[in-house]
Amino acid sequence: MNAVAQSSRFSRRAVLKGGVITVAFAFSGSINEILAQSATSARPVDPKEVDGFIAINADGTVTLYCGKVDLGQGLRVAIPQIAAEELGIGLDKINYFEGDTALTPDQGRTSGSNGIQRGGMQIRQAAATARKALIELASKHLNASPVDLVVADGMVKPTTGGAGASFSDLLAGKQFNLKLDAKAPLKNPASYSIVGKPLPRPDVPAKCTGRHVYMHDFALPSMLHGRVIRPPAVGAKLIAVDESSVKALNGVKIVQIKDFLAIVAEDEWTAIRAARTLKAQWSEWAGLPEQSKLITTLRAGPFYGDEILVNKGDTGATLPLDAKTLIASYFWPMQSHASLGPSCAVADVRADSATIWTASQGTHGNRGTFARFLGLPREKVRLIYVEGSGCYGMNGHEDAAADAAILSQAVERPVRVQWSREDEHGWDPKGPPQLLDMSGAVDASGNILNWRADMWIPQTTKGMPDIPLLAPEAAGLDDVRGLNPGLISQNGDPPYAATRVQVVAHWLKDTPLRPAPLRSPGKPANCFAVESFIDELAAAAGLDPVEFRLRGLKDPRGIEVIKRMAALMKWQSRPSPSSEQGSAIAYGRGIAYVHYKHSETYVAMGMDVAVERGSGRINVERVVCAHDCGQIINPDGVRAQVEGSILQTLSRVLKEEVKFDRSRVLNVDWSTYPILTFSEAPKLEIELIDRPTEPPLGAGEAACAGVGAALGNAVFDAIGARLRVVPFTPDRVRMALSGRPS
Amino acid sequence: MPSYNIRVNGVARTVDSLDPHQPLLFVLREIGLKAAKFGCGLGQCGACNVLIDGRVTQSCSTPIDGVQGKSITTLEGLGSASVPHPIQAAFIKEQVPQCGYCTSGMIMSATALLASKPKPTEAEIRSALDGNLCRCGTHVRVVRAVLAVSGQGG
Repeated sequence: MNAVAQSSRFSRRAVLKGGVITVAFAFSGSINEILAQSATSARPVDPKEVDGFIAINADGTVTLYCGKVDLGQGLRVAIPQIAAEELGIGLDKINYFEGDTALTPDQGRTSGSNGIQRGGMQIRQAAATARKALIELASKHLNASPVDLVVADGMVKPTTGGAGASFSDLLAGKQFNLKLDAKAPLKNPASYSIVGKPLPRPDVPAKCTGRHVYMHDFALPSMLHGRVIRPPAVGAKLIAVDESSVKALNGVKIVQIKDFLAIVAEDEWTAIRAARTLKAQWSEWAGLPEQSKLITTLRAGPFYGDEILVNKGDTGATLPLDAKTLIASYFWPMQSHASLGPSCAVADVRADSATIWTASQGTHGNRGTFARFLGLPREKVRLIYVEGSGCYGMNGHEDAAADAAILSQAVERPVRVQWSREDEHGWDPKGPPQLLDMSGAVDASGNILNWRADMWIPQTTKGMPDIPLLAPEAAGLDDVRGLNPGLISQNGDPPYAATRVQVVAHWLKDTPLRPAPLRSPGKPANCFAVESFIDELAAAAGLDPVEFRLRGLKDPRGIEVIKRMAALMKWQSRPSPSSEQGSAIAYGRGIAYVHYKHSETYVAMGMDVAVERGSGRINVERVVCAHDCGQIINPDGVRAQVEGSILQTLSRVLKEEVKFDRSRVLNVDWSTYPILTFSEAPKLEIELIDRPTEPPLGAGEAACAGVGAALGNAVFDAIGARLRVVPFTPDRVRMALSGRPS
Repeated sequence: MPSYNIRVNGVARTVDSLDPHQPLLFVLREIGLKAAKFGCGLGQCGACNVLIDGRVTQSCSTPIDGVQGKSITTLEGLGSASVPHPIQAAFIKEQVPQCGYCTSGMIMSATALLASKPKPTEAEIRSALDGNLCRCGTHVRVVRAVLAVSGQGG
């Protein structure tokens, strides 16, 4: 156990001197430390066992094993904060491992904003169970009643003072051998000294000084550099390869397995040149739908069927005579993860085992997939997480890992695969397009009547263990089949009182390109439609948008975020659109409110915008957000996640749409798939509401959901025209201004 | 194999490359300086930014034969975690990076800006960083860090 602890990529060195910041512990992750971790043998990883998560070391430190991984969202400090607090030990005594199938429990993919609310709470319960056991051991050891003992600084001590016993003395080299006890008492939040503090993230100093080892920087001594040549059309088959085309390049080897075509070389630049130079002939393929008719295509199916997701309220009610009925369609396009660094992985596949270093958000979940296509027993396949360029669901990381694994198996050497920009934009799994038809009515008093939302969305294939990968499919190897866009049907019903609410999913059998969960799967589109349509109803009733929402809302936490947001905005109560519509530049403000998945984080968002009538350009001047995710573990971490959620989703709303012809993705670089720039980033004002006695909820994506509606509502307030199609390009704004539907 | 003499972070080096068009980025990464990142290879994202004779340059689009005799600074050359450069210290204090893949390029752009303009306005900072893309959404913290290090912190 100690050998493992010493090889942790965390160290307890004081990192920054000179008083810039006090860092309790640091994460450096040198290549040697990753290699040392990779050389350790497997340990029990049962998520039901305390020993799966926690090991007490002889030197007084504790090693934590976390199945959830840090993608830059700060779990590397937040999870140790939770465990250190609950155990009763200093944060400086924690060693930490993440996302290694041989060392860390399977806590599921790091997705759905559940790193803290599920993963962290498992670890909290493991730590509470461990603390209870340590107190019981100390009770015997010190001959004292458990109620007279306290745990602090890694010691169990009598409350009356006197000698205590250290964790390592009490456990004496043994394991806990305990199941997680759901009834183990948790610490009273009023006594917290570590949870709730804005402690710095341990990887930040290394990231700011160029010492953090990313997946892209990891290397094995004897590895080759691989590049996969993807076909010019999504479904094209390989007909012929001209091997002579790369003869001039030293040491290049071509690997062809059915339609999987790749090269390997001793150095990276040669690999890049070979991939560019290699000539291959592919079949024609034009199986994608026509993009200009995508909405018609979605309505046409084919479908698995319709599912009534929500059906409540008074079915027999007739509309009052003064009711105004509205209908509107909203569309959210297909979008890319657009990770800043193209995906990368290293694999070392031997005759009887495989080790894969990957930035995957789900190392455990992919183990079976890799074992299947490599033809190895599951227990002989190890995936080790190494942080990559930011990923927001599932980008190309897993595909790059599959590329590397298949190549390593083929050439019997370790192989590193680095995707190109064109690979990443062209082939990362996409957030699928979503179409929503909304209908509803409002009476003269502002009551919502007969709400209905119809969603045209792809259905997740039932029973699919994980997401299909490109390389095994191309190579004709065993691969899963189906779609997994994530849980994209939530939040279609309004969080406000309505006489009747129906939400219907028209489950599509397919979607233009391979889908995957993209940050806050489905909710940015659904909340764009729901909260824009609420604004349409408020405008039809001639009511202020904040007041309209508050009158239909009963949840006190929801009411509080809206009121706090309105106070921060200095919200002037009046109906939209604004009566003061400027000539050249029109100014407006908008709101959106989201209770994430109707059960998680509460977010109210307000925006101030300026719209240039001539150009159609939208300038977002300020975004205000009140955010209640229950108990806050690390306020600065939550704040960073809320900032990122807002800015990334603003980018998606203002600029992003995957363009394709019948064969392939067309916008495969940053000039054709632009994202938000510094000059376009608005001022952010964020208010975090901490509720220490409530369960902690996810903070990584809830603030994404309302961005489209808050912006669309602000634009409507400014110019009196409604944007119902994302992205809000200047062309679309001009069309809306001219009264044409977008 | 043709060789090239360059200064990297103050140290004279001779590096070999079979291809005069090999981008500086890959040469730097081969000699173990991996702070500069491959983002696009097209000069569009700024993740590979380094300083060449003090000017911020995209190393993914700079061939090795174009930097013969020149002086190159990478993020590693500015400072370390124990002795950070003031800009690095400001980025650490503001807890700027999330994934941090773009951070190296951001700090290099900010370094060049502050060398030519010690007290830039917020608009000048944003403009100087428009060639650096960030997908995690750390923009406001980057601007705050650059304002702080130029003595204009709030």
